[in-house]
Amino acid sequence: MEKYQDSRDSGQGQSVSTTIFVASYEDVIVARQKVRELMNEMKFSLLDQTRVVTAVSELSRNIIVHAGKGEMTIIKYDESGRRGFRCIFEDKGPGIADIDLAMREGYSTTNSLGLGLSGSKKLCKNFSIQSTRGKGTRIEIAEWK
Amino acid sequence: MVDIPILMIGKNVVVPIQTELNDIGAKKMQEDVLYKIEKTTASGLVIDVSAVSIIDSFLGRILVDTSKMAKLMGTESVIVGMKKEVVLTLIQLGLRMENLNTALNLEDGLNLLRKLQETLHGKISG
Repeated sequence: MEKYQDSRDSGQGQSVSTTIFVASYEDVIVARQKVRELMNEMKFSLLDQTRVVTAVSELSRNIIVHAGKGEMTIIKYDESGRRGFRCIFEDKGPGIADIDLAMREGYSTTNSLGLGLSGSKKLCKNFSIQSTRGKGTRIEIAEWK
Repeated sequence: MVDIPILMIGKNVVVPIQTELNDIGAKKMQEDVLYKIEKTTASGLVIDVSAVSIIDSFLGRILVDTSKMAKLMGTESVIVGMKKEVVLTLIQLGLRMENLNTALNLEDGLNLLRKLQETLHGKISG
């Protein structure tokens, strides 16, 4: 499922956002495809696409595994001087008690390899994470041309 | 969900992954491969990932584990066809894939399996 939001303002450049609900492992594949399509359209290199889509795969899986459901919002910026996009992964799951610990390579609460968060941070040029216990988690990545 | 084809070439099980696998599909592939090895008493396993554009930590782990599991069953395995972008990303991600046999393509993979099997037989008879 998707919802489109077109927020073009007068003359001030434009940004277009798309939100994808992430609630199943199939949605992880859809999230990957959406980001891949956008990056392809914006002419990012194949290596950039692989790098970022791999992180998208890790971050959207995290939503399923830790919160059950959530959403990914892609905001595309296409204006002179600033071309790129942000991906925001948001859930209302249990949140992360200790972000520093959760970001550590090899740390996992689910018997996984513990590379999802640490790996995504390494793969993305811009990565930020906010989490409140009992409220949820918001992770943002951004790539600029 | 699309089933991954599992083929036999000689005494080797060959698995060409042609679609983007979700986590459930990847786990199912692992089970299907082990079942096939058991049923056919295959001597080798080749997993061809040349059509796979993303290997993240989950799929990477499935590949490593499947290879280890096959080994425990007495079957040598080779992963073939990893794309350069995928390899660069896997290393950056921090996934360790030690003790994994790899080859450039299916043909090289089958050759490597033959050598591995010969070495193994040489050790037993010698």
